[in-house]
Amino acid sequence: MGIRGFVPFCPWNWCLLLATLQCCGASSELNRSTDSSARRELNVRYAAASSQPAETISVFTLDYDYVQIPYEVTLWILLASLAKIGFHLNRRLPGLMPESCLLILVGALVGAVIFGTDHKSPPVMDSSIYFLYLLPPIVLESGYFMPTRPFFENLGSILWWAGLGALLNAFGIGLSLYLICQVPAFGLGDINLLQNLLFGSLISAVDPVAVLAVFEEARVNEQLYMMIFGEALLNDGISVVLYNILIAFTKMHKFEDIEPVDILAGCARFVIVGCGGAFFGVIFGFISAFITRFTQNISAIEPLIVFMFSYLSYLVAETLYLSGILAITACAVTMKKYVEENVSQTSYTTIKYFMKMLSSVSETLIFIFMGVSTIGKNHEWNWAFICFTLVFCQIWRAISVFVLFYVSNQFRTFPFSIKDQCVIFYSGVRGAGSFSLAFLLPLSLFPRKKLFVTATLVVIYFTVFIQGITVGPLVRYLDVRKTNKKESINEELHTRLMDHLKAGVEDVCGQWSHYQVRDKFKKFDHKYLRKILIRKNLPKSSLVSLYKKLEMKQAVEMVESGVLSSTAFSTPRRAQRTQETKRLSPEDVASMRDILTHNMYQVRQRTLSYNKYNLQPQTSEKQAKEILIRRRNTFRESVKKGHSLPWGKPAGTKNIRYLSFPYSKPLPAGRDMKVAEFTDHDGSDSELPPITFNTHSPTGTIQERRWTPEVIPMKRLHGAGTPLHFGYRRNAGREEHLGRGGRAILRPKPLFHAVDEEFESEEESEEETPAFGSLLSSELRPGGDCNVSHSPLLQRK
Amino acid sequence: MGAAHSASEEVRELEGKTGFSSDQIEQLHRRFKQLSGDQPTIRKENFNNVPDLELNPIRSKIVRAFFDNRNLRKGSSGLADEINFEDFLTIMSYFRPIDTTMDEEQVQLCRKEKLRFLFHMYDSDSGGRITLEEYRNVVEELLSGNPHIEKESARSIADGAMMEAASVCVGQMEPDQVYEGITFDDFLKSRKNPNVRAQLTSKEADGGGSVLRSGSHLRGHHDLAGHRHRDQDARPLP
Repeated sequence: MGIRGFVPFCPWNWCLLLATLQCCGASSELNRSTDSSARRELNVRYAAASSQPAETISVFTLDYDYVQIPYEVTLWILLASLAKIGFHLNRRLPGLMPESCLLILVGALVGAVIFGTDHKSPPVMDSSIYFLYLLPPIVLESGYFMPTRPFFENLGSILWWAGLGALLNAFGIGLSLYLICQVPAFGLGDINLLQNLLFGSLISAVDPVAVLAVFEEARVNEQLYMMIFGEALLNDGISVVLYNILIAFTKMHKFEDIEPVDILAGCARFVIVGCGGAFFGVIFGFISAFITRFTQNISAIEPLIVFMFSYLSYLVAETLYLSGILAITACAVTMKKYVEENVSQTSYTTIKYFMKMLSSVSETLIFIFMGVSTIGKNHEWNWAFICFTLVFCQIWRAISVFVLFYVSNQFRTFPFSIKDQCVIFYSGVRGAGSFSLAFLLPLSLFPRKKLFVTATLVVIYFTVFIQGITVGPLVRYLDVRKTNKKESINEELHTRLMDHLKAGVEDVCGQWSHYQVRDKFKKFDHKYLRKILIRKNLPKSSLVSLYKKLEMKQAVEMVESGVLSSTAFSTPRRAQRTQETKRLSPEDVASMRDILTHNMYQVRQRTLSYNKYNLQPQTSEKQAKEILIRRRNTFRESVKKGHSLPWGKPAGTKNIRYLSFPYSKPLPAGRDMKVAEFTDHDGSDSELPPITFNTHSPTGTIQERRWTPEVIPMKRLHGAGTPLHFGYRRNAGREEHLGRGGRAILRPKPLFHAVDEEFESEEESEEETPAFGSLLSSELRPGGDCNVSHSPLLQRK
Repeated sequence: MGAAHSASEEVRELEGKTGFSSDQIEQLHRRFKQLSGDQPTIRKENFNNVPDLELNPIRSKIVRAFFDNRNLRKGSSGLADEINFEDFLTIMSYFRPIDTTMDEEQVQLCRKEKLRFLFHMYDSDSGGRITLEEYRNVVEELLSGNPHIEKESARSIADGAMMEAASVCVGQMEPDQVYEGITFDDFLKSRKNPNVRAQLTSKEADGGGSVLRSGSHLRGHHDLAGHRHRDQDARPLP
């Protein structure tokens, strides 16, 4: 805050700063903890200095007016970011309430400070700023992160629900409020029908992003999630279009009466605005995808292309009076798929983060504005209007949900249950969109604008705080059908098989469904679109190999400096190992699922991770992990080949098994020692599920031989090294698992070290000498016997 | 057989057996004739005429399922050489949705039938168990659409799935015990967990897709997932 500069300052300059001081004092209120005392001090000096003349050239001046707007905006965003950090540092809070609650609270706080200091907040929000700068990033972000496949699978229902639902809500609320306004006792006679309809349209714009976070946590079923997501995506667009048309009507109404033709024209316009916008979006999406095809040498420009073209689509659509929102959404959806393949990995990451950042900045600003305008004198409280607004919002949402879903359920094979509908009804949380639209109402046309703003704020506060906080418990209480997100590999395989089976049977009976539509599009896509839009020589694989070489170098360096003791996942993993010896680790399951998801023909992608405020660590972090793991793998390879180890032991197949002994010495003798010894021998049995397909059969006779081909080679699952390449870039989790052996070398830890190496040696030796297996089994018999008695001990380790 | 649609009694009989409506039977019969080339029976080669099926990675498994005696309720193993229209309907009836009017027991029964069909997809040698070999085979086929995937990874997925199944179904095993494969009971057992069962219901009954179609008369027969077949759009074969 600028205040610190004043302290060493000469008194005669104070008068020059008269004007600026006031601003500073106000803005410094943002810095709540320090400023109150500082300001008092200032006021004292200010009083003393005011008598001085102001003619001299100042050595130090302060021009706060010049920087006021960006200065305060920066502070707001910073404050909101700090609040977010605090919010997420707290463990319980994020589970209790949505993040928008926090933003609103911060906004209200800022508003209170501004109000308390009589400071006039900078005019950040006006119609053109909102529509040209604040809205596009928000829409772009939600369009870009839309899970494409489930969206198009549920397209019919989404359009039906989001489109018609918004209209029904808007007109329902508008008309019923109009009826209320006719009651003379409420003193609302001057609000005419159009104004009511307009209010209805803006208040029906739901923003259920907060609900989505809850859904994701509760893992509700996919359809339900997509309904809400689709609503969030399309609702804004529809409300804004409706809002603009109604504003146009209102303006017209000033001069002449509206004729039925105009209403028809308005309806036609509604359609044209929507479709035209989407059309332009698709065109621009293709163009930008095409351009990114040629950017391989200047990849720094790639994010720029993406953002500029999306923005251009918005602007072009707006110039033509089409829906810019739909245009930018369509643009994002179209180009996403191709751009992702064209651009370099870093650009891709940049695009994603930048998008999140921009949209969160926009939203923060809107919420802070909301807070600022909550506390102030610009309110008009009318009990009747506000209460009825609240009631009608709920009633009409209930009506539209139950009616529309009743209708669409007639056509759906799997209908939405009453529970689902209840949750959809309850997730009608209003947000920044409604407020902005209300705030931007032209005062000249809407004399009761203050009332509208107040009513909107009340609805937003009610829905965000009460519904937003309680929707989580409600979902849990109703026990809504869960998604099949994180379950077992078996389930996943069955699902996949089922998917293909379904598609196949549909083919056999020659029926036509969205499976076929998608199939047709895919063929077209492969035949033409991809050839045109995507780079021919995707550098990914060669990049990876180059990368590996570099990593190899670095890995050696890192080992030498001892940096590689990453705690990130070594400790949790070990804990998991001991707890979950019976199951595959979740990482494995996840990576296997990834492979299944991304590498099969005609399957659904189940990536439904969406958070308005943050990116899931999924891709980027996985990549980082992969790099680390690659490092380890490559390093281990070098170790295997007999390169020198840091501790200078030759890494022979046999010798490596005894490497653990020097390290297990510190262990107390006796039982522990025995355990260590035992692990050394029979590691595979104790480390892996005891029920495993055991290589060492006790009898070791016919049965064993019979099952040999069926025996699962454990090392392949757990100890195997590089030959396992899962797909091209989705192998992080998997390799992490595989990399454990490498880590064991690097971070010697007696038990696990021995165990891991055991696998490796087994793998190698088994391939060389088939007889070794039986040798091993006979040799290890006693170990196998103590397996049962020792395994609990081991698991505690 | 070929006269199924003319002889209304026959149609009624089929209705009773398979649960399809006469409309649906007629539409399916049209399709059947298209597939068979106006012959009374379909042979395996006839399925080569379905162009879209060629892209399906588990094509052979699907075709095989049509001729599987177990699915045709004609025996406990082996394959039929050819199937007639009634058999065709029998297979199709596995893909009908579960009737909402049925009571709980029937629903369970129906579900079990569907699962058995799925189980037979895996268990290709009719041995009553999904052995590791068979499981690997399926996974390899599933992943065959992508050339980047190595066989090795497909195998280890199958291995992992098998291990998981073993740990779910058998629990603690003696160290010398060998898990021979997933039996049908095991197959069902993995769904005892209510969570998993909920998913399965969704899978059977919905498949995740929204099928918002116009015209209620289109609500013809359904596949396993319950997708409505738009029968009158039956594409002509090339």
